[in-house]
Amino acid sequence: MTKPFAITLDVGSSLANKTGSWRTERPVYLDRMPPCNHACPAGENIQAWLFHAEGGDYFEAWKSLVENNPLPAIMGRACYHPCESGCNRAQLDQPVNIHAVERFLGDEAIRQGWQFDAVAPTGKHVLVVGSGPSGLSAAYHLSRLGHKVTIYEAGPAPGGMMRFGIPKYRLPREVLDAEIARIANMGVEIRLNTRVDDLTEVLERKEFDAVFLAVGAHLSKRAYIPAGDASKILDALGVLRSVDGGQPPELGRRVLVYGGGNTALDVARTAKRLGATETLIVYRRTREKMPAHDFEVQEAMEEGIQFKWLSTIKQAGESTFTVEKMRLDEKGFPQPTGEFETIEADSLVLALGQDVDLSFLQRVPGLEMADGVVKVNDRMMTGHAGVFAGGDMVPAERTVTVAVGHGKKAARNIDAWLRGVSYQPAPKHALAEFNKLNTWYYSDAPLTVQPVLDAVRRQTTFDEVVSGLDESNALFEARRCLSCGNCFECDNCYGVCPDNAVIKLGPGNRFRFNYDYCKGCGMCVAECPCGAIEMVPETI
Amino acid sequence: MPFHQIKFYQTGTFTIGNRLLEASDRSVQSDVHRSNALNSGHRACQGCGEALGARYAVDAAIRAAQGNLVAVNATGCLEVFSTPYPETSWQVAWMHSLFGNTAAVASGVAAAMKAQGRPQVRVIAQGGDGGTADIGLGCLSGMFERNDDVLYICYDNEAYMNTGVQRSGTTPAAARTATTPSVGPKPGNVFGQGKSVPLIAMAHQIPYVATASVANLHDLEYKVEKAVPMHGARYIHIHVPCPLGWGSEPHDTIKVARMAVESALFPLFEAEYGEVSDRTILRKRHPVDDYLKLQKRFAHLFRPQRDEERIAAIQAIADRNVRRFGLENGAAS
Ligand SMILES: Cc1cc2nc3c(=O)[nH]c(=O)nc-3n(C[C@H](O)[C@H](O)[C@H](O)COP(=O)(O)OP(=O)(O)OC[C@H]3O[C@@H](n4cnc5c(N)ncnc54)[C@H](O)[C@@H]3O)c2cc1C
Ligand SMILES: Cc1ncc(C[n+]2csc(CCOP(=O)(O)OP(=O)(O)O)c2C)c(N)n1
Ligand code: SF4
Ligand code: SF4
Ligand SMILES: [Mg+2]
Repeated sequence: MTKPFAITLDVGSSLANKTGSWRTERPVYLDRMPPCNHACPAGENIQAWLFHAEGGDYFEAWKSLVENNPLPAIMGRACYHPCESGCNRAQLDQPVNIHAVERFLGDEAIRQGWQFDAVAPTGKHVLVVGSGPSGLSAAYHLSRLGHKVTIYEAGPAPGGMMRFGIPKYRLPREVLDAEIARIANMGVEIRLNTRVDDLTEVLERKEFDAVFLAVGAHLSKRAYIPAGDASKILDALGVLRSVDGGQPPELGRRVLVYGGGNTALDVARTAKRLGATETLIVYRRTREKMPAHDFEVQEAMEEGIQFKWLSTIKQAGESTFTVEKMRLDEKGFPQPTGEFETIEADSLVLALGQDVDLSFLQRVPGLEMADGVVKVNDRMMTGHAGVFAGGDMVPAERTVTVAVGHGKKAARNIDAWLRGVSYQPAPKHALAEFNKLNTWYYSDAPLTVQPVLDAVRRQTTFDEVVSGLDESNALFEARRCLSCGNCFECDNCYGVCPDNAVIKLGPGNRFRFNYDYCKGCGMCVAECPCGAIEMVPETI
Repeated sequence: MPFHQIKFYQTGTFTIGNRLLEASDRSVQSDVHRSNALNSGHRACQGCGEALGARYAVDAAIRAAQGNLVAVNATGCLEVFSTPYPETSWQVAWMHSLFGNTAAVASGVAAAMKAQGRPQVRVIAQGGDGGTADIGLGCLSGMFERNDDVLYICYDNEAYMNTGVQRSGTTPAAARTATTPSVGPKPGNVFGQGKSVPLIAMAHQIPYVATASVANLHDLEYKVEKAVPMHGARYIHIHVPCPLGWGSEPHDTIKVARMAVESALFPLFEAEYGEVSDRTILRKRHPVDDYLKLQKRFAHLFRPQRDEERIAAIQAIADRNVRRFGLENGAAS
């Protein structure tokens, strides 16, 4: 080849120069555990379903959500959303309103009639005792794994405390019915009015390959209060149950509620709706020490519920109740002061907590109980092989979400047990802490507030208090998610590399490093908004 | 019930790409088919802001010119790390001349294109701050004065990096360079000297002048794409941190550039025919410390003890920029 004057070499591309050899550290992509997912007792993959919702693909979002939790419309209303307490966005402005988006997806699924897919049967048959959230969750997950499920339910309708505890102004029954029906449509048989009185008898029939117990905690705790014949004392669960049954009890104009948990608040708010003009919650400790959540107390106050802190009820008469003032000692325990006061009221409702009815388990060999609950191992199995248990009847926090999580975990372990193996959960990723994020890239966007029914209507009707989001603001809310620890294909790494050493693989496929040219500057790691890349030392 | 009305909002609004946007609304850099005008294998240091800024700018210019682009390059790191003969990283018609005459060469290329009747070919000239503010300033001023059809892009890393970090006309006050060492009672570059090339360009009343930063890609691409199709002399001044010369961590290059913007030491603005026409409001204002502390060239301001007086003087420069360009919300433009 003839070359121009003074030129001896052929020109070529700098691609011949593999600058990757300069590197002492290499960037690698990884997934971290978003704090929301980490905090969810049902093990929801929140960031993943928000990712689909952000793009407006609500069906995919719902499908991803129900992989872990079959009750999003219920959960979006009843769950106390620990996910939001964990949400990293709280450190920027406010947490993502996760439960509101979850509820939107759940409601959308009901509106659209989305159903669960059928699965090839395994031939195994599992009995679930109790159709509360834990039993339903187990039934759903077992069905998804191909097992036939029958539920024995003592009550006249399925749902457990979601029906007979949580009032319908917080959880409308149409929502509950729709999500239960979808599980039943998978082929789960729910036998109502079928109480198990003695589990051993059932086990001896050898009809089932495994059993999951989820009977909840339904025995109301009592307190000894000397009372006259004419005094009206009821228990909270009884009141809530009869309201749902359509036969509300006569509570009178002035109602006293004794207790400080969510049941106390629900029954007080229910009493208000039944026509009580004065409803007073008496609790022996302070507001800060109440087990009920702050927002519940807030909502109750808005409805005109009154509170009497640091007080115990000593005596009940026909229309007067004697209350003793308490004080907290150094350890925070309430101690009597000897100061008394008389309060006029027409009835007293006790909301002092619930115990588990364990009588049907007395004869089961190997099954152990302690402190009024059933002992289970880390696989949710009781001391009797093949009998698993979860929800309120085992030692754990008593919430719908924990119950659902137990149902899922138990189902996976039952499945493994039926196949003669042990269930190995996937190893958990390291947490995506706030300091792993580069939040400059997220624009400011305050939380979307859900509309609330006005206070007057709340005091008189059982209409749902908190409304849902509509499509546009649910989308907005989903888009507030920072996608902590998981690539959302923002192209930052692809863009900021001064050496073009990031290969973009196209929608859904994320990126790959071209280590031939990556000099290891680490700019991609520093500028990744969600902390999905890390530097690791090069092994030379 | 108050609902928040935010017109445009998506997850990661300020990121390079956004899967939720229409392809036509996305940045050039997010495109799998971007030109990569400055290709892999170049010899710039780890985390070089100049290499990044040049790819950002030239890729955007190629898109704006629909591929009909000629680039003329001054001597400096950008030329030396990209084109050690016979290798080149450039994937654009590219021409090198000397350290100080790039503007003149580009004027010549533009004249040649005109003579050949090829008005669709757009011409850019590019150089470092030394080549632009100092040795090439005469040629540049001539190009502005004649209103030649060239877009001149200066990559400002605030010193002569290629020859070992000597002070230039854009080296900031107090910065340590090889020729302004951190010795004596007032270490580093002196206060009250140097020059602003964007303001010099504006004094020529040319059609378009803008500043940009590698920390704000969308703004940078917007300005390049706006400037390329315009006719007459245009000037864009891009702030590009140099980890080697500034003593910053290679992974902090964008952060350093961002802090320069957010502390108001490097204001982002546009000017048309000599008048400021727009500016970028600071998203979250930072004290100058947040910028200075990331760089060893300012280390003497914090060691052995904080040099309150001179840090306050630098803060005053930032405050003046905020007033002068209206960088805070509500401030006049
Ligand atoms: C008033 C009230 C309000 C609440 N509000 C909330 C809330 O807002 N959010 C929240 O997360 N949690 C709330 N909880 C707690 C939550 O309802 C429970 O933690 C959850 O329902 C427990 O689920 P589970 O499946 O274990 O039991 P349950 O829901 O109690 O269901 C057990 C089911 O088993 C049936 N059963 C019992 N014994 C037998 C038997 N021997 N044979 C056959 N069937 C049997 C019962 O009839 C029942 O249907 C509330 C509880 C109450 C009481
Ligand atoms: C006339 C002339 N004088 C000096 C040099 C040596 N030289 C080459 S590059 C350079 C400095 C470049 O500085 P700048 O323009 O800021 O670009 P940077 O390397 O910082 O990107 C110098 C002094 C030269 N090439 N030509
Ligand atoms: S920002 Fe998104 S991923 Fe991060 S914790 Fe909140 S909901 Fe989860
Ligand atoms: S010395 Fe600075 S400008 Fe030159 S290649 Fe290195 S980082 Fe880039
Ligand atoms: Mg320079």
